Amino acid sequence: MRQSQVVGYDGFELDGVSVRAGERTRLDDVSLRIPAEGITVLAGASGAGKSTLLRLLNRLDVPTRGTIAWRGANLDDVDVLAHRRTVGMVFQQPTVVPGTVADNLRLAAPELGDAEAVVLLETAALDADFLDRDATALSGGERQRVCFARALATEPRVVLADEPTASLDPEATALVEQVVRTLAEPGRPNPVGWIWVSHDSRQTERLAHRVITLEAGRVIGSVS
Amino acid sequence: MIAASQVDIGLAGLALSGILVAVALVISFIRRLGLTRDLVVAALRALVQLLIVGAALALVVDDDDPLVWTWLWLVVMVVFASWTVGRRAPEVPGARVLALGAFTAAATVSLGVLFGLGVFEPTGRAIIPLAGMTVGNSMTGTVLASRRIVAEARDNRHLIEARLAVGLSARDAFAPHLRESLRTALVPQIESTKAVGIIALPGAMTGLILAGVDPVDAVRVQVAVMYLVLGSVATSTSVVALGLTRGIFTADHRLIDLGSEPLESS
Repeated sequence: MRQSQVVGYDGFELDGVSVRAGERTRLDDVSLRIPAEGITVLAGASGAGKSTLLRLLNRLDVPTRGTIAWRGANLDDVDVLAHRRTVGMVFQQPTVVPGTVADNLRLAAPELGDAEAVVLLETAALDADFLDRDATALSGGERQRVCFARALATEPRVVLADEPTASLDPEATALVEQVVRTLAEPGRPNPVGWIWVSHDSRQTERLAHRVITLEAGRVIGSVS
Repeated sequence: MIAASQVDIGLAGLALSGILVAVALVISFIRRLGLTRDLVVAALRALVQLLIVGAALALVVDDDDPLVWTWLWLVVMVVFASWTVGRRAPEVPGARVLALGAFTAAATVSLGVLFGLGVFEPTGRAIIPLAGMTVGNSMTGTVLASRRIVAEARDNRHLIEARLAVGLSARDAFAPHLRESLRTALVPQIESTKAVGIIALPGAMTGLILAGVDPVDAVRVQVAVMYLVLGSVATSTSVVALGLTRGIFTADHRLIDLGSEPLESS
């Protein structure tokens, strides 16, 4: 399922990207590169345009102007459903669909067997007992880890995460961060890159391989 | 059997029936519902519209009149109803075109069955009231279904986008919500069909009995009309569901911005 063929830059390339919503400019002429490996944190205050940028990357939104390319291919021209499976997404609110945890994982991978599902759960620091539990009845931290497992079920190359620990307690946050660090390790087979939105500077320090800082819809800094 | 003359109401009778509007007005006033103006406008508007319609109907329901006037009437009715849906569901993208398609489909299917199979004779006297029932009920169903679909999509954006984000198509991502919306639109119709005769005597039958028709004959007509209404509402809401699912998603499987709050219809 992984896209093995890379044409051009291995990651996202944004060229002159602007997003306007009514009178408001959410992103203003942003040009940057985000690699498909490691953990890239999009930092900045609330309203800086971090979430807007993230949503553009798996095409839940489109730019008003400018182009976005993934591995050399303009997102205007790619099969968007295939792209979303290559570039997973975890939202700020832990959003599970009604049904069991297994139902949630099979939403992303209908052919998923129980054994594979258990491996996914373990990757997301949940044990096998969770598989048949009602996903909507889990705690926030558990639901968010189900969302991570679901995003990983499509075997993505990169996962976009929009402040995914914002509603979690410190313990659950630490578990999630550990999962992310492990999956991003360059040495492991099929490492997963992360583009992680955070406004928490301590989390940024703990996680980031590189930090892109936004302010009022513009990139004001990029540090590796 | 009641003689038709016994149910003739003169202008005085009509005026006296207006007391019932006054009852509604008093309730609105006491309960501070803020509906006084709406009630007066609705009551007067209904009166004027029906008087005009009555006069116009007289021109087309005679057996000697050419059917072309009847069909023209039907077209005007469908267009007017579509325009009304657009006004009553302003938050629904492309509501007018959608409604136009829905009413055309509902009228084609239900009138096609009733006249095609010879249940009723295709005369102006039969076509216009039956088409009126079809379009009128479809209009209610269409407004209900389309507003419900938009509200479902708006309120469940997080769930829909969670499904889109794992690569589901717009149709698959929205399917559970569409099902819920259609149920919401159809259930009242099914419930009122179940309760018919026990709780409420339906309009067509009441009218026929008041006009002096034998109740058993009236019932036969009413049952056909009820089935017509069920078929029309099901057809029109399905067309709306299909069209609107396309309307609220883009070709590249994005849910369009539907605003954050429902707009009140004027």
